[in-house]
Amino acid sequence: MPSNSFLGVFAKSPLKPLEKHIDLVHKCAKGLLPFFEAVFNNDWQEAEQLQRKISNLEKQADQVKRELRVSLPSGIFMPINRQDLLDLLSQQDKIANRAKDISGRVIGRELQLPPQMHDQFVEYLTRCLDATGQAQTVINELDELLETGFKGRELRLVEDMIAKLDTIEDDTDAMQVKMRRMLRTLEQDLNPVDVIFLYDIIEWIGDLADISERVGSRLELMLAG
Amino acid sequence: MDILQSYGAILIGAAALVGFLMAWGIGANDVANAMGTSVGSKALTIKQAIIIAMIFEFAGAYLAGGEVTSTIRKGIIDSAFFVDTPELLVFGMIASLLAAGLWLAVASALGWPVSTTHSIIGAIVGFAAVGISADAVNWAKIAGIVGSWVITPAISGFIAYLIFMSAQRLIFDTDNPFKNAKRFVPMYMGLAGFVLTLVTIKKGLKHVGIDLGAMEGYAISVAIAVGVAIVGRYFINKIQIDEKADQRMHYASVEKVFAILMVVTACCMAFAHGSNDVANAIGPLAAVVNVVENNGEIAKKAALAWWILPLGGLGIVAGLALFGHRVIETIGKGITHLTPSRGFAAELAAATTVVIASGTGLPISTTQTLVGAVLGVGMARGIAALNLSVVRNIVVSWVVTLPVGAGLSIVFFFMIKGIFA
Repeated sequence: MPSNSFLGVFAKSPLKPLEKHIDLVHKCAKGLLPFFEAVFNNDWQEAEQLQRKISNLEKQADQVKRELRVSLPSGIFMPINRQDLLDLLSQQDKIANRAKDISGRVIGRELQLPPQMHDQFVEYLTRCLDATGQAQTVINELDELLETGFKGRELRLVEDMIAKLDTIEDDTDAMQVKMRRMLRTLEQDLNPVDVIFLYDIIEWIGDLADISERVGSRLELMLAG
Repeated sequence: MDILQSYGAILIGAAALVGFLMAWGIGANDVANAMGTSVGSKALTIKQAIIIAMIFEFAGAYLAGGEVTSTIRKGIIDSAFFVDTPELLVFGMIASLLAAGLWLAVASALGWPVSTTHSIIGAIVGFAAVGISADAVNWAKIAGIVGSWVITPAISGFIAYLIFMSAQRLIFDTDNPFKNAKRFVPMYMGLAGFVLTLVTIKKGLKHVGIDLGAMEGYAISVAIAVGVAIVGRYFINKIQIDEKADQRMHYASVEKVFAILMVVTACCMAFAHGSNDVANAIGPLAAVVNVVENNGEIAKKAALAWWILPLGGLGIVAGLALFGHRVIETIGKGITHLTPSRGFAAELAAATTVVIASGTGLPISTTQTLVGAVLGVGMARGIAALNLSVVRNIVVSWVVTLPVGAGLSIVFFFMIKGIFA
């Protein structure tokens, strides 16, 4: 670009990379479903492969995160606060990190859930992934928000979406309590060390929804400012 | 006096040549700024941009460039100081053209965003203040011009903000943005047509030898505005909702309507650019011609020689034809996420401001005005990201341009004076 034109004033939009990042993050988290399916079938080879896929997507998301960070010099002027945007990005990134931690821990210990829990566990995981999916949907509204100058109808629409994200997160909290209670009734028959890790896994999966909710609330803060 | 009689033709020829080259440089370089927004938001292809620029730059230069040309020709310098030595005015104006042209060439090669307007004003002030006398410069006028450089970006930013907000209110923040876009966009087109025509008729045409009455002027402006709106409406009605694109981005179809509007604002921008910037090249030339043809008498009232405005217009078009393609091509790729609805607000605001300034004879910088307009849209939270450090660089290079233009023209002035002495 010839810098003797004034068009250097237009900087690269941070919104597209942000959307790309959450897309990758959600895809990464979604990888947990087939992963646990393989685990429940005791197919550890398949599970390992799926774990690599998750870890790969997490790396890609990291890459996008880094690129976005360097493309936001301090002299940039945006309709949204730069710090809010960076915070939002790091929250998004934590979802992918969590997904990688979960799959890594399960693979590392060849951790198996008691079969009685499988159905409810999948239900719980699916609900948590609903939350990451909702976070993705909300972030993908940034284009439209920009079109409307971050106000008006579109803003209210996004606020409703964030409210829905909160509802999903509430659901997962309730489900998490149930999962823990169930594990407690079964724990005397299980390897105590495994039980400790299973509690961790249940909590971490809940984290997926927790962090997604945080993505939503960061966005809300960003829009309020 | 003898010098003017014996070398008159050579002096006019030299001034015409340098002036033409300067216009050529403006066409090749500055047009990127005027047309870049349209190409960048993908409302126009490069070819379309070049064709529009050629037609409307010439029209702007020819029809509305007279007032600013007069300012540069005779508004900056107090001609009383040249009554006995009119040849010095001729030398100075040629030196100014050389200085501004050289500085622009160097700056373009180094990639600095300099302003043609600032270089020529700096150059003229330089030779007059140092080569003649500090009192030879009409400082009050200069203060006004420099003041306008600060005020016009602010005004155009404010207008851009208002236009953008009105588009939000009328179109984007409604139940059916597409329907409202179809309804209101022709009105913006009409508005653009109205302002341009009115300023041209009121201020520009008298230099071409046409003089219309006040009522006639308004009537013609309204007629043209309505005409533009109707033609625009015809093209807009051909746009269909693109359901697939709308799923990805709700406002994709709405932006298509704005893309048509941007064709109109691109014409305005080219016209405005032509009307204001042509004077930078031909204002000094006009002064030279004026002095030489009147045998050294510096006539205050003298009309512009008929061939000067079209010469500047042709220079701009020639520059466009030769280099515009390459320049616009490189910028087209650079801009991301500038949708037509934003580009239109910035362009319409800048074009309106520039054309009005042209009408009042103020030599302002098109680029500066455009930067102001873009920042205005940015303030309305309409643009994803702007580089303020680039804005700072632009401002710095503008400030630097004044003393450099002045210094160069002083050097050239004494050189030319030495040659003929």
